[in-house]
Amino acid sequence: MQSSAHPQMKRKRSMSQQRRDTWVAWGLVLPSALVIGGVILYPIVRTLILSTYDYSLIRPGQEQFIGLGNYLEFLSDSMFWQTIKRTAYFTVISVGLELVLGIAVAMLIDAHPPGWRFLRFSLIIPWAVPTIVNGTMWRWIYNADYGALNGLLLQLGLIDSYIPWLIKPWRAMNLVIWADVWHTLPFAALIIQAALAGIPGEYHEAAAIDGANAWRRFWNITLPLLRPAILVVLVIRTVEAFRVFDIIFVITRGGPAFGTVTISYLTYLETFRNMSIGSGAALSFIVSAFILAIAIVYIRVLYTDDLAES
Amino acid sequence: MPRTKQPMTRVVLFILTLFVLLVIYLPIAWLVISSISTRAELLSTPPHWIPQAPTFENYTNIFFSGPGTPDAARVFKRSMVNSVVVATTVTVISLLLGVPAAYAFSRIRFRGRQAAKLTLLGTRMLPAISIIIPLYMIAARTGLTDTRSVLVVLYLTFTLPFVIWIMASFFETIPMELEDAARIDGASRLTTLWRVILPISGPGLASTIIFAFLLAWDEFFFALIFTSTEASKTVPVAIAEFTGRYAVDYGAMTTGGVLAAVPPVLLALLFQRYIVSGLTAGSVKG
Repeated sequence: MQSSAHPQMKRKRSMSQQRRDTWVAWGLVLPSALVIGGVILYPIVRTLILSTYDYSLIRPGQEQFIGLGNYLEFLSDSMFWQTIKRTAYFTVISVGLELVLGIAVAMLIDAHPPGWRFLRFSLIIPWAVPTIVNGTMWRWIYNADYGALNGLLLQLGLIDSYIPWLIKPWRAMNLVIWADVWHTLPFAALIIQAALAGIPGEYHEAAAIDGANAWRRFWNITLPLLRPAILVVLVIRTVEAFRVFDIIFVITRGGPAFGTVTISYLTYLETFRNMSIGSGAALSFIVSAFILAIAIVYIRVLYTDDLAES
Repeated sequence: MPRTKQPMTRVVLFILTLFVLLVIYLPIAWLVISSISTRAELLSTPPHWIPQAPTFENYTNIFFSGPGTPDAARVFKRSMVNSVVVATTVTVISLLLGVPAAYAFSRIRFRGRQAAKLTLLGTRMLPAISIIIPLYMIAARTGLTDTRSVLVVLYLTFTLPFVIWIMASFFETIPMELEDAARIDGASRLTTLWRVILPISGPGLASTIIFAFLLAWDEFFFALIFTSTEASKTVPVAIAEFTGRYAVDYGAMTTGGVLAAVPPVLLALLFQRYIVSGLTAGSVKG
């Protein structure tokens, strides 16, 4: 290596070199930093300030500083907590299903049954379908009068007449979750499959010789080695699921009877339907706070994992 | 995993594979079939799974709009153009800005690097809703709502941090020795990036470009809030409107869905290798 061949020379240059490097680095980073500062950091600060005002576009010119008023109002509102519960339900069930089914599909591919290459090839398709198209597709399938789900179940003799699937809140929520799982499961499956492919076959052979059955091998060898990949899926998908908006907008518009209103959807309604800028801003900060909390917990786990490995 | 040898297990696994394939393809097939079905067949109960009189009228309406074309089809064609223009522009700008920054993050130990990296990671977690209100107020005041330019700026909020993050993790996989050789010969940082690093970054750049384009193509929330006419409406907004305003036209709705899905699905299938490596690289490091 060049650097180890001339240690003295390297050390002599290092002070001025380091200063110059910092200049060069910031020169390279500056254009991005300006954009991120302008369109992300500045708006965050503005949102934070707005969230302390009673500010409605319906009553222009009557903004009033109310401190934490907006936040306190939501935190004591049972409707808000129901929305949080609903969002948590969506997040836990959809991420949970994605993870369990994702591991199952990944292991199926990894067992190399006939057609596994085609399955791996096909898996990318639901992932690539745009979120809004996915929502539209499932909305059409769930359609009460002409939907494919009704048609199929009727022809199979499982139902006697067409069912308006989306008129019951809880059922509507579960059907939205299924649409989301169909769309995002490939992400989990592909990441976990890549990790599975990296596990040396000898591990399993050695364990099999020692008399470990398939379940024990999965539990004691495969799963621990998959931990980093599983954590990645958990972090990314939980953060995304908690702020879900698009698919709900397309399939149910938050209905029926607010049954599928999640925290992002509530923020949207408050800000752009009720025109309550101040309380909308406060809600958006509550969403961010929840996501930040989730992210911190996960990153802690992820980073300790990295440290343990290196 | 060891290959399973017992024939019974292989049959079961094969049946499972078929089942998963059905779950993947049936909904998509129904979307495509609906788009080429006549109105009468779409509204029959139970549905005609195989259309007796397939028609491409929905597609020709969108691509060859004339005086008799429905409004929805005309708007949809415009929205396709808007989406292509916005997604392409955003991708190019994020690369131009993001690649040098990514290089600095991965190669230079500079003051403020950790803080800048954490900020970057933080912005990737942020929900769009927490920045949209001030941006909307600025856009409304400056008359920039309902323009493609404002969408480009807004989309940078998620494509730029993404490009920096994923390219930085890619640059880190390039051996330092390659670069040291060029630097000892007196090449500057920029020259090294341009002459040594970029020429061997093809796979990383490819997956970054595809991801940035797909992210922009997929975006819905900003477009929903900031666009109102066909001057800037993107494909996701146009499709969402089918489910509202043009509620009855299921044929047009599913046709729009198929057309919106074709570019990303083709990209994903053609560049599958880059996407899977990008998913793992971008996420494992993130």
